[in-house]
Amino acid sequence: MIKNDVNIKLGGEAGQGVESSGMGFARAIARAGLHIFGVQDYMSRIRGGHNWYQVRVSERPIFAHEPQVQILIALDERTVKEHLDEVVEGGAVIYDEGLKVDDEEIKLRGIIPMPLPLLRFAEELGGSKLMLNTAAVAAAAGILEFDLSYPESIIRDSFGRRKGSEIADRNIRVANAAYEEARRRFAYLFEWKLEANPDAPKKMVINGNQAIGVGAIAAGCKFCCGYPMTPASSLLEFMFAQARRFNLVVRQAEDEISALLHAIGAAHAGVRAMTCTSGGGFSLMVEALSLAGSTETPLVLVVSQRPGPATGLPTRTEQGELLFTIFAGHGEFPRAVIALGSVEQCIFEVARAFNIAERYQMPVIVLTDAFLANSLRSVDIDSIDFRKITENIDRGKLILPHENDKIEEAVKDGYRRFEFTEDGISLRIPPGHPKAVYSVAGEEHTPEGFIDWEERMDNRVRMMQKRMKRLEIAANDMKLPELHGPEDAELTLVCWGSSLGPTLEAMERLNANGVRTNLLQFIDIHPLNWDSVADILSNSRNWVSVEGNFSGQLARWIRMNTGLKPMATVTRYDGRPLNPVYIVEHLQEVLAKI
Amino acid sequence: MMVATQVTMRDLQSPVEPTWCPGCGDYGILNAVKRALVQLGIPPHQVAFFSGIGCGSKLPDYIRANGFNSLHGRPVPIAQGFKLAHHDMFVIVVDGDGDNYGIGGNHWLHVMRRNINITHIVQDNMVYGLTKGQYAPTSMKGFVSSTSPEGTIEWPINPIAIALAAGATFVARGFAGDPKYLADLIAKGIQHKGYALIDVFQPCVIFNRINTYDWFRERVYKLEDDPNYDPHDKRMAWEKAHEWGDRIPIGIFYINEGQPTLEEQIPALAEKPLYQHDIPPKLEDLESLKLIFV
Repeated sequence: MIKNDVNIKLGGEAGQGVESSGMGFARAIARAGLHIFGVQDYMSRIRGGHNWYQVRVSERPIFAHEPQVQILIALDERTVKEHLDEVVEGGAVIYDEGLKVDDEEIKLRGIIPMPLPLLRFAEELGGSKLMLNTAAVAAAAGILEFDLSYPESIIRDSFGRRKGSEIADRNIRVANAAYEEARRRFAYLFEWKLEANPDAPKKMVINGNQAIGVGAIAAGCKFCCGYPMTPASSLLEFMFAQARRFNLVVRQAEDEISALLHAIGAAHAGVRAMTCTSGGGFSLMVEALSLAGSTETPLVLVVSQRPGPATGLPTRTEQGELLFTIFAGHGEFPRAVIALGSVEQCIFEVARAFNIAERYQMPVIVLTDAFLANSLRSVDIDSIDFRKITENIDRGKLILPHENDKIEEAVKDGYRRFEFTEDGISLRIPPGHPKAVYSVAGEEHTPEGFIDWEERMDNRVRMMQKRMKRLEIAANDMKLPELHGPEDAELTLVCWGSSLGPTLEAMERLNANGVRTNLLQFIDIHPLNWDSVADILSNSRNWVSVEGNFSGQLARWIRMNTGLKPMATVTRYDGRPLNPVYIVEHLQEVLAKI
Repeated sequence: MMVATQVTMRDLQSPVEPTWCPGCGDYGILNAVKRALVQLGIPPHQVAFFSGIGCGSKLPDYIRANGFNSLHGRPVPIAQGFKLAHHDMFVIVVDGDGDNYGIGGNHWLHVMRRNINITHIVQDNMVYGLTKGQYAPTSMKGFVSSTSPEGTIEWPINPIAIALAAGATFVARGFAGDPKYLADLIAKGIQHKGYALIDVFQPCVIFNRINTYDWFRERVYKLEDDPNYDPHDKRMAWEKAHEWGDRIPIGIFYINEGQPTLEEQIPALAEKPLYQHDIPPKLEDLESLKLIFV
């Protein structure tokens, strides 16, 4: 018997409830005290097509999915055709007995076909064929001999409050029948089992976009404006859903240009503001980003990456905008770029992004991607300590217009929004106070904020130096890459963003196989103290960058700033997320050389 | 909104001298804007101007008040973000016909259907002045310019008709050659609860030799001079919006009072302006947020 270590894939057409039942099952398993990692895959259509959801279960925290599964739940025939190759020997394929599935072929591979009257249960006991997904997931619970009360509690929470609990009751009847039938007929054949651990710490199940929203709210973000674009939309939706609870202003603009400009307006008024989009929307925002740079407006801009160019692969994942976001915008101006690698980082690094923005009065771009945005992770609920955020709010040199006494004290000699200072940071008093009436201009301006219509050389030089000075100071305040694993290693895997999880697991596998490996994650991308980065990298005997893009963008960025070159890059640009097996396979050539 | 009782033209005097050409219609608009603020007793710190790029968009520097000189075509969304974060401030957008009817057209269409309480003054000189004389979205058909050497072959934008169609709740047109009357229109626009458009004929004395002060003076007449004209009647407004030629109407084409503003419909703004909200949220509220993920 293999306990609490299993991968389950659920596949079907759009509209069959693949995502909702997959996520529901993942939540049920987390309620039972186990750790989960859930990842979805869907096509850009509302009905039809082929979608799947995969849940990995473990007793320890996990950060990636695995390409091989022990259970394949097929809501349609296509799922069997597309994914049978992924099922391990001894694994199971669960499907409705009415589907045309070649069970002989399944058996030949050493896999157990498990045809069950799932549709009949759904129709007869539930009154709707839509409950097929409930039956199928319950059957999986049956062969895993997983305590059905956990899935039942999720069904109650999902349906119980709406229209009485009648729909919940019907779903539970269907679940019980499928569970018992599957357990009776197949459980003894199937090696993998799930055993609840009720004493384990309580867990929350959260995806990357939700975690970004949580981090932003905890940091006091009060204004969010976006325009829907996959895979950023669910962040905008999360902010809308929390607007009443946290008194937020959340707006959907007419386009991404407007979305960022709205955020600039709100930030100019002294509010912590955010916008979110994907690469295409960010392209439209670039002009306004330059305005935020020129007017020294602090805000947070979340770019949830997907494959480009143009519309690219709209529902897939990629880490292709690193260099774009570092360089985007006409003219030279300061901005910070940070990249999130885990759900925890989504919460805490996003909160830090608001501090960086206000401390240095510049836009901060936060990179995530479809993989991180959509994948579900279980996190011990007590490990998220919001005091780390709320006790460290730093708004920089800001006095709000209603803080009358502070203003009176600060502007005795008059107020100049873009006063030349040693650190390049000027006092920020948003409009509204009689002693601080002023202009700002995207056009080159005087310390008072007026357009410098004479376009004077000396003012221009001083203003450029003032703006860029902040970048120099911020560089020493940014996080150096984080080392995971042993200090001295033969091989160092260098990654950024969502490749963290898969690369961490690849590192563990390599160490288990006797290749002493560590990992360097870049959370802060720009600005950085590059001398220190160079020192760190020079300590690595052999380093390889692991990135979900074509050209190894982080490796190029590192080389540009340090002259150091990796011995190889592991890249992936087929729109699919990196996973530990893929990474180790693609390191074989490297391993032969070290 | 707090309104002071005594504001003078002197209070609104900026240290910066305008760089506009002698005779430019923008002087009349600047004068009218100041008069409107004086008339309403709005002190400099309670008003924020948002402008685009163009001659007229330099206006915020030439009046003592809060200003934000932004990008070509982009002041409208910035003004909305600002208003939602500080809604007891008077927010006035000043931009040009290229800004608002050209590059920023989409922003304009959408701000009108939101009825946010913003006053929008469009300096409409029917030509691109600052870039030295190309045709504009409002240039009359046949207008000869450096980018239409044989005359434009496009119809001009009709700002009044578009504003009516898009749901603007205050639609007016003024003339820079009559700053006193324009001041009155702007004051009414500021007092209007919701989005107010004031399109302003603004002669460009250098690059538009067709639509001159004299050309306008011969044609414009005030809508209110017709005792039968009712600006609450959208059909009448629609008809007048299309009057162009020997007689061109100015004044308030349309007003729809009593519609809720955008900011009134946002629950978070019910108590106080957003910038005054305490941050971060309470720890117990954040802890309860975790429970939605269990």
